[in-house]
Amino acid sequence: MSEHALAPSPEAVLIGENMTGGYGGADILHSCTIAVEKGEIAVIVGPNGAGKSTAMKAVFGMLKLREGQVRLSGEDITSLTPQARVRKGMGFVPQTANIFPSMTVEENLEMGAFIRDDNFKDTMGQVYDLFPILRDKRRQAAGELSGGQRQQVAVGRALMTKPSVLMLDEPTAGVSPIVMDELFDRIIEIARTGISILMVEQNARQALGIADKGYVMVQGRNRYTDTGEALLADPEVRKSFLGG
Amino acid sequence: MMEPINAFVVLSNFVLIPALAYGSQIALGALGITLIFGILRFAHFAHGDIMAFGTGIVILTTWGLQAQGIGFGPLPTALLALPVGIAVTILYLLAVDRTVYRFYRRVKAKPMIFVMAALGVMFVTNGITRLIMGPGERRFDDGERFIITVRDFREWTGLAEGLALRSSQVLTIVVALLAMVLLFWFLNRTRAGKSMRAYSDNEDLALLSGINPERVVVITWAITGTLVVLAGTLYGLDKSYRPFTYFQLLLPFFAAAIVGGLGNPMGAIVGGYVVAFAEMGITYAWRRVVSYLMPEGMEPTGLMQILPVDYKFAVTFGILVIVLIFRPTGIFRGRTL
Repeated sequence: MSEHALAPSPEAVLIGENMTGGYGGADILHSCTIAVEKGEIAVIVGPNGAGKSTAMKAVFGMLKLREGQVRLSGEDITSLTPQARVRKGMGFVPQTANIFPSMTVEENLEMGAFIRDDNFKDTMGQVYDLFPILRDKRRQAAGELSGGQRQQVAVGRALMTKPSVLMLDEPTAGVSPIVMDELFDRIIEIARTGISILMVEQNARQALGIADKGYVMVQGRNRYTDTGEALLADPEVRKSFLGG
Repeated sequence: MMEPINAFVVLSNFVLIPALAYGSQIALGALGITLIFGILRFAHFAHGDIMAFGTGIVILTTWGLQAQGIGFGPLPTALLALPVGIAVTILYLLAVDRTVYRFYRRVKAKPMIFVMAALGVMFVTNGITRLIMGPGERRFDDGERFIITVRDFREWTGLAEGLALRSSQVLTIVVALLAMVLLFWFLNRTRAGKSMRAYSDNEDLALLSGINPERVVVITWAITGTLVVLAGTLYGLDKSYRPFTYFQLLLPFFAAAIVGGLGNPMGAIVGGYVVAFAEMGITYAWRRVVSYLMPEGMEPTGLMQILPVDYKFAVTFGILVIVLIFRPTGIFRGRTL
């Protein structure tokens, strides 16, 4: 399997192309390319310190790129701030501190819709349909919920802007395997509504199982790029990154 | 049979009602401290002197109104002057924010640097207030002084003990209650209020959600300015106005905010009353109350006063130390300093 086996198609919803850069000091990313097609799930996996989260943050504008470009629906957004990218249709769920703990579930969703001036009750209803438990707990402080429910609040908050791309930084970190399966099911459901998903995952095997496209990163570089299925079947990937 | 009622009347007259009024004043001040700590994330040491400054403006305006023969009937004229004092204080706070705090926000300075900047603002504000108002005591209360006088109360009830209800006490409690209800409505029901809470909860996520931090900062100063001028004016009407006394109120303000849990508005209110009742209760001479409750011949001979009134700040300080040792997050689990 060579590098860029599956070159991103030009009509990808979101593409970070040949991204090189870091947090000021040495480069962390080296000509790294990540792309998502409409309604598809793309997953970035790789060993610790491979720059998975950094690659996602670069796509979202949280670090400065020395080289490369980020395009959203064909538009160059490389110079935009993260806030401006949210207004352009990108939703981001950070790995930690991704909710407003003292506010109720409903208020969390309202804050997600802060930039919207129209009526967002429909979107809230859709989020509640997707995560029914949140409807039952809508008056409860989000910080009092269980880990899995908090992740649902975090994803729901990001969905309130009706993004075209939803980016998730390790959504299943610290939740039980049952909750993880449940969350992945919901993520598939979100993708079916036409929202593209880009996520970084520590649980590589399960994540590649639902991925339309997988990116295996090593030391800030693309190592393998293929469909999730193909990566799971690739003996070399299995041996080096999936534990056999 | 009348003994317990007399005991209760004495207690109300000297402890319960004054502490309720004093506690309301502290709560209003502590709310400002806790809001600034929750949102701007620093200890606002200029609070007492800002209060002296704002109340000074209210007093000057009151004098101006009185000179023109404008009054507010049985209510103090100062109530009419409040909007002017609040507006000037908010403008002053915003000017200070622009010239001092905004720079440190932009360079993401450590909280300790913010505190030092606030100390500087405190000294400057203190100087300005003394230039305008002088260091001495100023009186500005007018209107009806009492709602119930001791003599009226005795005549109506036939009790041996009297109860005075001063209009400034009732005014303090009513205005403070109104301000608190409005504040909670704002924080829990309006978009701007919710965005303030979101910013206080999780600054990065608030930014990501499109909340404009500079707007949140402006609203925070406006609310703080309003609350602190209310607190200062009510305190001045209830007791008296002296810049130094107002500076000293910084201790009960911080004690109340920390006891309740820094960053938690409900905590600031509860903390305000805890501090007020503790100060009053520990420095009150309980002999008369106890005399009524004890059987004949067993009345106490001493004053039954734990600490002299001069030590009331020691009480506050004691509460603060105890809370910081045993429950540093306060009653309502706020943040630690």
